[in-house]
Amino acid sequence: MGGATGAAPFEGMSDLLLEDAQPRPTPRRRVRAFDTFLLVLTVLALWQTIGSWTKGVAVSPPWQTLVYLSGLFRTWMFWDHAAATLAAFLLAFLLSALFGLALGLWFGVRRFAGDVAEPLLAGFYTIPKVTLYPVVLLIFGLGLSAKIAFGVMHGLVPITLFTLGAVRNLSPVLIRTAKVLHLSSGRTILWILVPACLGDILNGLRIGFSLSLLGVLIGEMFSSQRGLGFLLVNGMAQHNVPLSTAIVTVIVVVAIAANTAMLRLGRWTAPRPA
Amino acid sequence: MKRRHAIVFVRIAVLAGSIIFLEVCCRAGIIDPLTVIPPSEMFASMIDRVGSGEMNASIMSTFSTIVFAFVLAIGFGILAGALIHRSPRLRDVVDPLLASYYSVPTFIFYPLLVALLGLGKAPLVVLGVLSAAPAVMISTLSGLDGISPVLIKLARVHRLSPARTFSWIVLPAALPRLFTGLKLALSYALIGVIAGEFILSGTGLGYDISFAYQSFDNRAMYGTMLFVLSIAVISNGFLYAWEGRLARRRSRG
Repeated sequence: MGGATGAAPFEGMSDLLLEDAQPRPTPRRRVRAFDTFLLVLTVLALWQTIGSWTKGVAVSPPWQTLVYLSGLFRTWMFWDHAAATLAAFLLAFLLSALFGLALGLWFGVRRFAGDVAEPLLAGFYTIPKVTLYPVVLLIFGLGLSAKIAFGVMHGLVPITLFTLGAVRNLSPVLIRTAKVLHLSSGRTILWILVPACLGDILNGLRIGFSLSLLGVLIGEMFSSQRGLGFLLVNGMAQHNVPLSTAIVTVIVVVAIAANTAMLRLGRWTAPRPA
Repeated sequence: MKRRHAIVFVRIAVLAGSIIFLEVCCRAGIIDPLTVIPPSEMFASMIDRVGSGEMNASIMSTFSTIVFAFVLAIGFGILAGALIHRSPRLRDVVDPLLASYYSVPTFIFYPLLVALLGLGKAPLVVLGVLSAAPAVMISTLSGLDGISPVLIKLARVHRLSPARTFSWIVLPAALPRLFTGLKLALSYALIGVIAGEFILSGTGLGYDISFAYQSFDNRAMYGTMLFVLSIAVISNGFLYAWEGRLARRRSRG
């Protein structure tokens, strides 16, 4: 703003300068912690209000849910269903990550193939894939493999697209360096591509993580006899409100915790500005 | 230019090739017709079902719900985004919330919404808004963040009224990023509403697909499915093309 300080042709200018002189609010940890506390309190109050307003026909209040949950954690039934969901989800995520990274790398390196594939993948990403679930069921039958396939359908595309974008936007200097050093293609991938693209790849993995969880849960909600999604729909069908509220709470807490952890990991691995 | 044509050509060839491959596999009996019917049959079934008018009620019901949810999500998202943008303290609290919002499968709230609001359109609209509004909010915030301070100063220098500042400066500057949010919001509203109908509902295209699946009516199922997917692809493609045109007009100045 050096030039503007000289002559102020308009009165409004001093206003502008004043605004610029104001320091940006530095992160005040205490205030922020207090605000977060307020937010949590607001959410709980809202939850309580909805719970008592509907007299517990749709949502059971927070405290009651917590008590119910502590009982639920002691039952063998809950862990059985949770394990079913976890197994399907982990396999789906692992497959999405492996194929997504491989495809993304390939499409990123082969520009032509990448240009051909990208709009097709992006188009697939935005269509309502739920409607395709019956086809998955007809192909894989009822059971674990259908859930995994559906999870992969959700998780694969974002991981591929993020990896593709990262590889494509790689600085040409890095590629030239690899050429100058006569690195083999395997070493180029391992030593140059992966470290340079780590941030974007982690972002893609984070989104793929949430979406494959979504895919697996939708699969369980539609037609399945096991898993947390089944437990949720079943709880609602039997008017077992505390059960369905408890399941929703568990899924929300786990999803947010996993996402926060991956965000932290991404920030930790981000390259420090030199 | 030549490369662009080649890319489009290969893309169409890949798509057409996969459809023909599927058709041949189905006709040759490699794929059981109880699993997948030939693409030509799917298309014929879609034409039949749309032409006979048996889907009209479902189409009306589903699309009115989607449009309603989309409009509500835009209004609510932009309003909330603008309000949060004004208060840095609120922003500090909301930002981490928005960052992890889409990691929660919004869909699991649907059974609770049905219990809360009854089995009608209301839970579907709420589900659509819940999945679409945060995208609009995030893009409103990033659009407002992206306005260069020089432009705001320009408005002050010319002593524009707040309304004119908004329509002449803020809106055009924030529009490209906002548009990204609108594009996402449309596909999220579409996915939310149709997924809701699919899992638990008595009307709509999603319900039709799930009903046809449960009564082993493969022809009707694939026809309806093809219709829903075509609409989704066409509406997304339309917004995509429109965005491209806006961007080209901007770059021309």
